[in-house]
Amino acid sequence: MIDLAIIWAFIIAFAVFVYVVMDGFDLGLGILFPLFPQKADRDVIMNTVAPVWDGNETWLVLGGGGMMAAFPLAYAVLMPALYTPMIAMLLGLVFRGVAFEFRWRTQKARNKWDLAFAGGSLVATLAQGIALGAILQGIHVEGRHYAGGWWDWLTPFSVLTGIALVIGYALLGATWLVMKTEGELRERAYHLSWMLLVAMLCAIGAVSIATPFLAVQYTQRWFAWPDIILTAPVPIAVAAVTALLLRALGNRNDHQPFFLVLALFALSYAGLGISMYPYIVPQSITIWQAASPANSQIFMLFGVSILVPLILGYTAWAYWVFRGKVRPGHGYH
Amino acid sequence: MFEGWDAVVLARAQFAFTMSFHIVFPAFSIGLASYLAVLEALWLITRREVFINLFNYWLKIFAVAFGMGVVSGIVMSYQFGTNWSSFADKTGPVIGPMMAYEVLTAFFLEAGFLGVMLFGLERVGPRLHFVATLMVAIGTLISAFWILSANSWMQTPAGHAVNADGQFVAADWLKVIFNPSFPYRLVHMVLAAYLTTSLVVGAVGAWHLLRDQHLAGARVMFSMAMWMATLVAPIQILAGDQHGLNTLEHQPAKVMAMEGHYQSHKDGAPLILFGWPDQAEAKVKYAIEVPKLSSLILKHSLDAPLAGLDTVPRENWPPVPITFWSFRIMVGLGFLILGLGLFSLLMRWRGMMYQSQLLHRFAVLMGPAGFIAVLAGWITTETGRQPFTVYGLLRTTDSASPLAAPAVGSSLIAFIIVYFAVFTAGVIYILRLMAQPPHPGEQGPTKDLPARAAGITPAAGAVEGVR
Repeated sequence: MIDLAIIWAFIIAFAVFVYVVMDGFDLGLGILFPLFPQKADRDVIMNTVAPVWDGNETWLVLGGGGMMAAFPLAYAVLMPALYTPMIAMLLGLVFRGVAFEFRWRTQKARNKWDLAFAGGSLVATLAQGIALGAILQGIHVEGRHYAGGWWDWLTPFSVLTGIALVIGYALLGATWLVMKTEGELRERAYHLSWMLLVAMLCAIGAVSIATPFLAVQYTQRWFAWPDIILTAPVPIAVAAVTALLLRALGNRNDHQPFFLVLALFALSYAGLGISMYPYIVPQSITIWQAASPANSQIFMLFGVSILVPLILGYTAWAYWVFRGKVRPGHGYH
Repeated sequence: MFEGWDAVVLARAQFAFTMSFHIVFPAFSIGLASYLAVLEALWLITRREVFINLFNYWLKIFAVAFGMGVVSGIVMSYQFGTNWSSFADKTGPVIGPMMAYEVLTAFFLEAGFLGVMLFGLERVGPRLHFVATLMVAIGTLISAFWILSANSWMQTPAGHAVNADGQFVAADWLKVIFNPSFPYRLVHMVLAAYLTTSLVVGAVGAWHLLRDQHLAGARVMFSMAMWMATLVAPIQILAGDQHGLNTLEHQPAKVMAMEGHYQSHKDGAPLILFGWPDQAEAKVKYAIEVPKLSSLILKHSLDAPLAGLDTVPRENWPPVPITFWSFRIMVGLGFLILGLGLFSLLMRWRGMMYQSQLLHRFAVLMGPAGFIAVLAGWITTETGRQPFTVYGLLRTTDSASPLAAPAVGSSLIAFIIVYFAVFTAGVIYILRLMAQPPHPGEQGPTKDLPARAAGITPAAGAVEGVR
């Protein structure tokens, strides 16, 4: 039953999820940046991620590179279909990535690089969310090629998913700040977490209501018997995690909210997986149709099974080295 | 805008542009990461303060350059899909795994230890910190291994088969990875990265020696850089020659373009030093040539026959003018670098190493030479592979995405604007850092910030541990 294509679908899904988890909060910090105009606050915010952002973004390269290797047909169809959001994301990541170093190298232009950090993060996130919506709503494929236009990705649904992701990453960022900062900065982060949590729940609701009605397959997947036995726990778990999150924010537990938001992301992500499986390009290409030949997938499986645990190990070590609260003026920088 | 343009030409321009910007940073950071590892090792062994000062001095520059390399590199990993989707579909099963291995074995290693390398000296101690530096340096080399293997497979494909969907698939992974041109390309590029870095370090050292001959840090870095250039330049010329012979064996049309040999020569081909290749008329105009020298270099015999492009179908010709000239720029700079190395050796022998202003001026001028040579070399090998992406097997025109010209043209313009704005700023910040002389008590990226309020204790107490 379980074959190479399914294993690789999980590996790619895992890579993309780790990316969302790790780069999600640091893109979220960029989105929240304009709300923290004080230079001292901004220095602290930057310093909470400066030592780890590069590793976070590497998961995006693994997601892209891994997809080209394991599902080249899907990569070849999706990238041209998502052309504009992809280019926008890449350019956004350029701006925010260089800002980490550049803002410390200039006093005159620091505000410009702060703007680049915020704007780049916002654009990259919006583009990722839009790309997700564009994939879900279906892509026009003929033969082995994308056959749509270069604006097909833009619909009300994809804009909705774009905004939803911006809210989600901002919430991750806010709860990260709750965990990593102190004093007034943490108070503001708590306040923001409350507001963003409400917004995030609205966004999850809106996307969940809209998704099953996009195409026939999703409706059947979510509401038809007996699949509903598998799908029903997802919204129930979302409700449970939300309750825990509200309690953690209310009790002012600095560490729990971040991880509970991650759990919310994991559940939403599982929901996406349930909707899409077994398609990698919804309605047109399944994971088996897109899969690389077995010898390519096996060749990489060796590497993945040895290296990914190793990578997770030393990444965890890097986070451990820079653990704890970051204080103003005491940055790693 | 861009209605009526050729989308493939625009996609090629975009790849050439983003790639050219990108390669500059890895070429520098491969060499600089190794240099930093050497400096830190020397500090750990000798405990001489000058080495840790130099380490911190170059670490700040490394941080800025590495960041630019990362962001421009992410763009490259998605370009295959956005602009070259047919290529991605057809070669994904072969090239994809190599790139996945590059991410798994190199990018994560670099990124995982970079934070500790930049900010962690006081948190993990010197020994563990040295391990982090070493991991970053090794990561850059592993990265070079995989990406050059992938590129070499496109130049000299081997160990593959073609499946029913028209995709290349690996028949023998070892043959794919260690394809015929790979060992030569790897050696040539890693040496190029080391030379490029040594020229930059040498130029910065020389710049400060011109102002103060007695500056300890400038003396040490200048001397180290000149040793590197002196030793590596001749090896690089030898490696380049071997690489050229390998190319002659596997990609003869590229060598014909590099040499400007439109015509075949039955008894000894001339070496065209300079001239103006005219692709339409298929001849090199105003050629200045040395009789039979090309046969001597390529075949080690004055009278050996050498085939020209007239033996290759016209639709398979690479664009000769670009290949011809970029090759000459690379080779010319290579010999200039050799000249700098020999001159520094002479001055060193005479005890004038830190006094000769002529040497210092020469070294400053040669600062960017490595970058230009690297770019020229890549232009030679990549345009020389045309009109194919996978040499002899997959045409460039059959590799592109099914996109309309306006889409590709608009993104090209966006990349040009953003790259010039962002990377110009980055290069200015790097030059500013270089303009500061290295001084005793040099601080790394940890504590040197203008942002820092006066009188605050160092980063050791920066973050409270988990209790």
